[in-house]
Amino acid sequence: MRPVSYSRVRDVATAIATVTADAGAAYLAGGTTKVDMLRIYAEASQRLVDINDLPIDHIEVQPDGALRIGAMARMNDVAMAPLVMERFPVISEALVLGASAQLRNMASMGGNMLQRTRCTYFRDAEASCNKREPGSGCDALTGVNRGHAVLGTSKHCIATHPSDVAVALTALDAVIHVQNTGGHHAYPIDDFFLLPGGTPQREHPLNHGDLITAIEVPALPVGRNSLYLKVRDRESYEFALASAACALRLENGVVAEVRLALGGVATKPWRARRAERALLGQPATRESFARAAAEEMSDAVARPMNEFKIELAQRTMVRALETLAARGDVS
Amino acid sequence: MVASHLPDAVQGPGPVDVVLNVNGATHVVRIEPRVSLLDCLRDHMNLTGAKKGCNQGACGACTVWVDKRRVVACLTLAIACEGREITTIEGLAENGILHPMQKAFLSEDAFQCGYCTPGQIMSAVALLAEGHAGSDAEIAEWMSGNICRCAAYPNIRTAIRDVRDGVGGVGSAAR
Repeated sequence: MRPVSYSRVRDVATAIATVTADAGAAYLAGGTTKVDMLRIYAEASQRLVDINDLPIDHIEVQPDGALRIGAMARMNDVAMAPLVMERFPVISEALVLGASAQLRNMASMGGNMLQRTRCTYFRDAEASCNKREPGSGCDALTGVNRGHAVLGTSKHCIATHPSDVAVALTALDAVIHVQNTGGHHAYPIDDFFLLPGGTPQREHPLNHGDLITAIEVPALPVGRNSLYLKVRDRESYEFALASAACALRLENGVVAEVRLALGGVATKPWRARRAERALLGQPATRESFARAAAEEMSDAVARPMNEFKIELAQRTMVRALETLAARGDVS
Repeated sequence: MVASHLPDAVQGPGPVDVVLNVNGATHVVRIEPRVSLLDCLRDHMNLTGAKKGCNQGACGACTVWVDKRRVVACLTLAIACEGREITTIEGLAENGILHPMQKAFLSEDAFQCGYCTPGQIMSAVALLAEGHAGSDAEIAEWMSGNICRCAAYPNIRTAIRDVRDGVGGVGSAAR
């Protein structure tokens, strides 16, 4: 790691002012991505502003029933919060199925939204990577791309978005609250994560100094009947090959309400809107689930090593829907 | 004893005095802000129990507690631990008497080469405190951040169950 200077801040305004004023500065939250990236020279911050003492770690229900998660709340604390487990099991499950207990104790929810891809070419400073070094090319296109994305890709980048909980939050239409020296901004989560297109280095709309302060999940009764299904090479402590965040409400055996998002197969947390549309009003049968899942993946683009993901994602969606449907007409 | 730093004072990038509370004792070390807690413990404080396996948060060999929560010391900056309470494997025994988990690892032969063992034990004690040792499946899931290259996992789980269930009573090696 290159040398860095360090300071610790106790309030949000000072944190933002400090980082904004110094182009070489960056926020240090849990450090599970930041320290790693600095150590492998994939990032080059010269100053770390430690925000671990900021009083924005509460997990609470708003008067309108929305769930507000402070950006510095740790993954494990959110996963184990009774009101999260009860009202949004999909969030709790996505968190517990991510990383390890130690990393979840460290990693903040805000940091999770900003974690970097696990694409090995992005992390290997010797490789060509348009995300790390715009215009340098993408070694993943012709390299070992078994873990890479099949949805939302471009000829410049096929890196998979690594977060699990962001997938659950995308299914639930969460809002990312951001503060900067100019004020407060709220981004619908689906607008927060950007497709790579021709600018894979731009993963979100944040500018230097912008600080995520909270994540808000709207009151959503269907969230109680939800789950996160994660398929991977080993059963724990591994990134998804395909995952589905799903919430479902049936009425008389017909899909009345559904939320579906995919992880492990796309360049951003992927809201499966096509599948949702195809499911509404349809009988809760394996056939209609499979039809909707196929519809979602119909214009997926595979590379030589990740073609299996197109089928795997469909099976993951179908199993998630079947599992929730089998729990009955819960709402 | 060095007074704690002003909240917003910029420190580094050169060496600075950092005050750390490790295993109940206060230490002052002169380190650069980029030094990890793991390197600080091992290279500056001669506490070599926490091991450097991957140095990228993947193996768990460096597991210690910060404010009683298990974390990986390799992705933690030492300077960020000022004002926090650090516990390492060296701080687990009390008055020379091993912690029940240490005894259980010995009696159950829960290691082979032993390199991952300090991290396993720090994780295992925290696991019980967290209440995530209800079943073997739960133990496996919540211990997955501690890799054992020798694959002593069944014995590690047995040792954890022993302590959970009070097998043999505290301090007994018998089953």
